Amino acid sequence: MNRHTFTERTLIFILATLILTTPALAEEISGKETQTARTFWGLAAEKLEYRYSDTDEELAYIEGDAFYGTDELKLRWLLEAEWDKAHSAWETLENQFVIQTPVSEFWDAKAGLRVDTPKGQNRRYGVLGLTGLAPQWLEVDTSLFVSDKGDASMDFEVEYELLVTNYWIASASFETRIAFHEDRETGVGEGLNHTETGIRLSYDLAYRSFSPYVGVVHERQYGAAADMTEAEGGDTENWFAVIGARMMF
Amino acid sequence: MNKQLVAGLFFCLLPAVAIGAQYDITVDKVQIDTGDFVEEGIGYNGASPGPTLRFKEGEVATINVTNNLDEMTSVHWHGLILPFEQDGVPGISFPGIKPGETFTYEFPIAQAGTYWFHSHSGFQEPNGAYGAIVIEPEDREPFRYDRDYVVQLTDKHPHSGDRIMRNLKTSADYYNRHQQTVGDFIGEAAEQGFFATLKDRLMWGGMRMMKADVEDVQGFTGLINGKGPAQNWTGLFKPGERVRLRFINSSAMTYFDVRIPGLEMTVVQADGNNVQPVTVDEFRIGVAETYDVIVRIKDEKAYTIFAESMGRSGYARGTLAPEEGMEAQVPELREAPLLTMADMAGHMDHQGMDHEAMGHPAMNHEAMDHAAMGQREVADEGMNHEMAGMDHAGMGHSSGNALPTDPFYASGSGLSPVAANGGKFLSYSDLKAQHPLYEERDPTREIELRLTGNMERYEWSINGIKYEHADPIVLQYGERVRFKFVNETMMTHPMHLHGMWSILDVGEGKWNPLKHVISVAPATTVYMETEVDAPGEWAFHCHLSYHAAAGMFRKIVVEGGPEQRGGNS
Repeated sequence: MNRHTFTERTLIFILATLILTTPALAEEISGKETQTARTFWGLAAEKLEYRYSDTDEELAYIEGDAFYGTDELKLRWLLEAEWDKAHSAWETLENQFVIQTPVSEFWDAKAGLRVDTPKGQNRRYGVLGLTGLAPQWLEVDTSLFVSDKGDASMDFEVEYELLVTNYWIASASFETRIAFHEDRETGVGEGLNHTETGIRLSYDLAYRSFSPYVGVVHERQYGAAADMTEAEGGDTENWFAVIGARMMF
Repeated sequence: MNKQLVAGLFFCLLPAVAIGAQYDITVDKVQIDTGDFVEEGIGYNGASPGPTLRFKEGEVATINVTNNLDEMTSVHWHGLILPFEQDGVPGISFPGIKPGETFTYEFPIAQAGTYWFHSHSGFQEPNGAYGAIVIEPEDREPFRYDRDYVVQLTDKHPHSGDRIMRNLKTSADYYNRHQQTVGDFIGEAAEQGFFATLKDRLMWGGMRMMKADVEDVQGFTGLINGKGPAQNWTGLFKPGERVRLRFINSSAMTYFDVRIPGLEMTVVQADGNNVQPVTVDEFRIGVAETYDVIVRIKDEKAYTIFAESMGRSGYARGTLAPEEGMEAQVPELREAPLLTMADMAGHMDHQGMDHEAMGHPAMNHEAMDHAAMGQREVADEGMNHEMAGMDHAGMGHSSGNALPTDPFYASGSGLSPVAANGGKFLSYSDLKAQHPLYEERDPTREIELRLTGNMERYEWSINGIKYEHADPIVLQYGERVRFKFVNETMMTHPMHLHGMWSILDVGEGKWNPLKHVISVAPATTVYMETEVDAPGEWAFHCHLSYHAAAGMFRKIVVEGGPEQRGGNS
């Protein structure tokens, strides 16, 4: 019961926001007439890759992003999914539907809903996040999630691109999840759950639309989350060789 | 019918023909072949660039524009002084031209010189919708030449304007391939020391600004009269002739540095207005500007017209030759410039002081005076420290070669132009009107326009406000307004006022030149004055296509006037 109330509230919040923002987005027509542009869209797969682990595990992984909106307000769909070849199932499948608005020169706030439908338990979360560019060109994305069961957790992602040349780009990324509550059904333990550190070397083959890359990813679980994985007979630490492409349309 | 009668009839009709020039122009989808790639674009009468329209001062122009596209279009007569309803800016001067519709422009030709026309709808202009205008004066020209050519420079990109805008919004550095790399770091560290280089990078990284932010959109092919470097547009001459070259920069985003190795160029006209001749080896032409130069060619050999982009990411090339097929050596592109701390000064003022630390509203008024002063000093001091820190590391670059100072560039700017042969590079300070058009008088008021933006988000604005949120600038007919441009961004903006002349303040009083585009370099303050002598509603914007589209645009309303026309103010 508690759970329904929360989901409904979140949905009402999202719907209300959508309704309120639609007129702002529909202003486009008059703008187009006179050499000015107001609404924009974009579609990107930041990571679309095949992962092969040191224990012969094979995974397909995608981190994608679609947006539509104005400078002031964007609707974004963020997708993160991991397909496990051995089990023919989505190990993780996260969809975030958020609205995003600038809060300072380099930072945007976002709010919305996250829907997880991997194998196993589905979850819905309310999302509140901050994304932007920190000094020294660190791209930071951090979100707070509260599940429909009332469990709270936090994601933190940071990425840095090093230009080896203007076409060869080395990207270092780090992401982690910290939970404030345990959610045993989804394998989330209280505290630091996991970290994922990656280094990828890409080449911009066709503008920035298609940039194939190779890389290495290190995944590690900690604390209660690691215990749960071990109990199921899984690995708590993995090294992956990855091959994939970054795409942007 | 005998021949005499026919001739007689012909001469009777002649005066009727002479009072007006009529053109029919169709707006079409065209294929544009740059030699590097072929792309669909938009052109006039089946070609891009469109036809060169020729008029004589004093006549009436009638131009029928038929829209063959499946979207709205418009034609703006860039730099022409005309009734505002004929100015061709949809949403401001008229509703636009619907698909299939023919719109007739009719206006008196009130000036002479070199101008151009282009679409003011969507991204049709970057897609190829432009052409040249040449107007012969009523009186004779104050300079001599034997033949003249239009040299229309453009920057054709393989991506459509819509796509470029979208990519810039997704990632502002999408097209920047001149960014500093690991290799640059190593090279610089070897020269200037590891820590100095690191400190420099950390300083710029701390502000999240790039030294390499000179050109937003790279990857274009520079064209001269629609021909790419390999297609080599050629203008013919006979040795001993004086050739007038009418340079028009119709590119969407590219400033060009123009030279003709082996020839001196005498600049006789800027933005259509005669200037006191000045002989130069090279000049920079901002987006939408025009410069007429005269070259006197003695030798029977070919000369390259070489127009390098300001950021050195591309070039346009053509040839002057005694006969078709001759070529001269094409120079290499020079090293790409990098911005310095001097170019960032405007940005720092804006960010560090105006915005955050001080809080404008709190600062402005009496209550704050005492307390705020102290605060301001602290802020100033803080900034000076940073600036001092930068001097050592960041400026090392330019301190070696003493650059000539040009008041239209920030002192120590990475963009200060230098002629390839070490000779004379045209400065705005060299431009003096041949015959002042207006009586000199004091301005009635000053309007400050800060050129603002956020590079990371690819947002551009004036006084921090984008077009869609801005109130029009209201001027009164009969005023003489002094505009103060303060460039707080790190990019150069060619500001274009429609319908009225921009009198650029070069400190020469009544000899200040008349222009229609004023280029404002980073971290500089530039003044222009305008005699408000054209009633109606006018556009005013940065002429970089994607800056205008992103919001660096304003409507100007001129109230009053002898014949107040319709308009909604």
